[in-house]
Amino acid sequence: MSSTTAPQAQKVRSAITRRTALKGLAGGAALAAAPGFVPYIQAQSSAPLKLGFQVHRTGIGAAYGRWYDRVTTAAAALINEEGGINGRMIEIVTEDDGTDPKRGAEVVEKLASQHGCDLAFGTLFSHVVMGSSPRAGELKFPYFVVSEGHHVASGKLNRYTLQPGITDVKSQVRAMAPWVSQNLGKKVTMIFPDYAFGHDHRDFFSEAIAAQGGEVIEKIAIPPTESSFTRYFPRIPRDTEVIYHVMVGPGVLTFVKELGEFYGSGARPQIFGFIDSLEAVDIATPGLEFLEGTYFWEGMPRYAPADAPEYETFYRERVGVDANGASVSDSKDISTYAHMFGCWETLHVIKAGMEAAGYQGPDDRVKLIEAVEAMTTMPAGRAHPQGDKVFNGKTHQVFGHQYISQVADAKLSVVHTASIDDGMYPDETDYTAQPF
Amino acid sequence: MDFGPYLLLASLEGAVGAAVLALTALGLSLVFGVMRIVNVAHGEFYMLGAVIAWWVTSMVGGHPALGFVAAMVVSPLIVGIAAAAAERLVLRRLDYDPEATIVATIGLLYVIQQLALSTYGADARPVAAPIDFRVQFPWFGYSGYKLCVIGASAVMMLAVWLVLTHTRVGLMMRATQHDPETARAFAIPVDRVYAGVFAIGAMLAALGAVLIVPIQQAHYLMGHDPLLLSFIVVIIGGLGSLRGTVLAAVIIGMSDGIISVFFSPTLAKILATLLVAFVLVWRPAGLFGARPA
Repeated sequence: MSSTTAPQAQKVRSAITRRTALKGLAGGAALAAAPGFVPYIQAQSSAPLKLGFQVHRTGIGAAYGRWYDRVTTAAAALINEEGGINGRMIEIVTEDDGTDPKRGAEVVEKLASQHGCDLAFGTLFSHVVMGSSPRAGELKFPYFVVSEGHHVASGKLNRYTLQPGITDVKSQVRAMAPWVSQNLGKKVTMIFPDYAFGHDHRDFFSEAIAAQGGEVIEKIAIPPTESSFTRYFPRIPRDTEVIYHVMVGPGVLTFVKELGEFYGSGARPQIFGFIDSLEAVDIATPGLEFLEGTYFWEGMPRYAPADAPEYETFYRERVGVDANGASVSDSKDISTYAHMFGCWETLHVIKAGMEAAGYQGPDDRVKLIEAVEAMTTMPAGRAHPQGDKVFNGKTHQVFGHQYISQVADAKLSVVHTASIDDGMYPDETDYTAQPF
Repeated sequence: MDFGPYLLLASLEGAVGAAVLALTALGLSLVFGVMRIVNVAHGEFYMLGAVIAWWVTSMVGGHPALGFVAAMVVSPLIVGIAAAAAERLVLRRLDYDPEATIVATIGLLYVIQQLALSTYGADARPVAAPIDFRVQFPWFGYSGYKLCVIGASAVMMLAVWLVLTHTRVGLMMRATQHDPETARAFAIPVDRVYAGVFAIGAMLAALGAVLIVPIQQAHYLMGHDPLLLSFIVVIIGGLGSLRGTVLAAVIIGMSDGIISVFFSPTLAKILATLLVAFVLVWRPAGLFGARPA
C-alpha cells in the first residue's frame, strides 16, 4: 500500500505551485470577506435585526414546524409594516433542526456564530429545547422557546432561555384538573408520550388531580416513535372514569382512531384529551366519529368563536387560517392553532423587550433579557391575540388563559375558559439571581 | 380486562403485525437468497410504497376502495420499476460485490428518503381504508380492515410460493439461487433474473406498505422499523429460506404483539434481538438456512 501511494503524494506536493497557492489565498480571503462571515460590529446601524428561527421543518415535529414558520413569517411582516423594531426592519433567519436535540444545539450555534443573529426563538419539542438551551447559555445568546415544557420554569435551564409566548404544561394541567374532576370523573387513566413533555403531564396532572380529591389509577407511557397503539389500550382499567390522553408526532391520528376502534360501540369512559393529540388533524376525518361529545384542552380555540374579539379575527386573517382552523388556501391543511400563536406573541414580546432596552446590537443582549424579565402584565390585543397574560420574570415563564372545548358536529366549541389564576403555582426558581 | 379477551386482542395485534412483516421480510429474503445482496434500502422501498399509495388514493376520487385497489396495482409497479432501475444503475455496476452493495444500498436508503422528504414532505398523511367496518367483540371493538390485512397477506404469500414452485420464472429464480454459473450454462438470463428479483423484492415491501397505510399513515421515516424487523426475521428464519422467513415472521410478529400487550413493546424488541443473538450463536444459518459447505 505505502509503496504505491507515496509517489502519488509526492506528485501532489510538487504540483502546488506559487500560482495555485496564491489562488488559494485569494479564494480564502474572498470567502472570509463574504457576507455572513463578518461578525456584526457596526453600532447605530440601520441594517435589519437578525432573528434566528429554530424550526422543526423535518422530523416528528414537522406539522407544527410548518405552521410555526407561517405564523413567524406573518408576525415578522406585520412588525416590519409597522416600522420594525427601534426603526430597524427585522429579518428572520430560519434553520431546520429536524426535531433532533443534537442538531438543535448545532442550530443554535450556527444562528449565533455563523449567521450572527441577535437571538434565537421558536423551538417547540421539549427534548430539542433541553438539547439546545445549554448551548445558548454558553454562547450568552438569548433563546426564546415556544415549547409548553415546564423545563423553563422548573429552573433546569439558564438565564438566557425564556418562554414569554406560551404557557407551560404544569400551568395548563393545574387549570384543567378542577374542571375534569368536577365534570368528568375522579378516577383517571393517563396516556402520554414517554419523554420529557409527557412526563410533565404525568407528574403535574397526577399532583393536580390529587389536590382535587381525584386519583390517577393507571399511567400508560407510549414511546414517541410508536406507530401502533391498540396494544396499550387493554391496560386501561375497567373502573376508569376519565381517559386523559396527550400524544404527539406522526402517529397521532392512528392513536385516536385506534382508541375509537377499541371502544367501538360499547360503553366507554369519559374522554379528555389535549388537542396535541389532534393538532394538524381534521376532526371530521373518517374514524374519529367517536370523539363526538369528548373534551379537549385548547391553548387557543381552533374554530373561530362567534364572539371572537377584533384582534383574534385580525390574527386569524394574518396567519392565513379560516374559521375552521384550516389554511385559507387549502381546507385540508389544518393548522396547529392551539400552539402556533406562541410564535406570534413571542416575536411581539421580543419587539417590546428590544424597544424597552433600546437594543442596538449583540452587545445589548443582556439589556434585552433584563427588559423582558421586567415585564409583568401583557394585555390582550393584536400583540397577544390568545388573550391577556402575566409574565413571571423570575421563572422566565408566562401564564395565561386555558380553554376546554367539546366536540359537537365534528367541530370544537369552547365550554370552559380557565382564568390565569387557575394555572398559577409557586415559583420553583429565580433566574434573575443567576449572573449573566 | 380478563385474561381471555386480553389474549385474543394480543393475538389479533400480533397476527396483523406478522402478516405485514412476512410480506416485507419475504422481499428481503428473496433478494438475499437469489442475489446474495443485503438490501439496506429495503425499508425505503416500503416507505415509497406507502407514499405512492397515498398519492394514488388522493388522485382517485369516489369510494375509498377504488383508490385503494388502484394503489395496490400502481404503487408496487412504480416501486418495482424504481428498484429495477437502481439495480441496473448501481448494483450491476458494482458486480454484486457483497460489501460494496451494502454501502451502495445505504446510499440508496438516504437518496430515497430525502427524495420523499423533498417531494412528499415531512407530514404523516392518512389513507382511507377500503372497507370501513368494525368487529364488536363483547369486550372490545376491532378494526375489520385489520382482519382483512391478515387474509390479504396470506393470499399474497401463497401466490409468491406458487410462482416460485410452479412456474418457469420461479424455476429460473431457484436455479439462479442454487448456482448462478450453472444456470448461465443452461441459458438462463441470470442478469435479467437479478433485475427481476430485486424488483420483486421491493414490490413485496411496497405491497406490505399499501396494506399497512390505512392503519398507519404514510410518513417519510416509516421505513426504519420494518427494515429492522425484517432483518431480525430473515436472520432467524435463515437468509434465503422462504419457509423460514414466513415462520420467523409469524414467531416474531405474534410474540411482538403478545409481549407488547402483556408487558411492554420495549421488552418485545429486547427479546427479539436476544433471539437473533442466540440464533447467530447456535444456528448461524438460521432455522431453515442452508448450512455453509
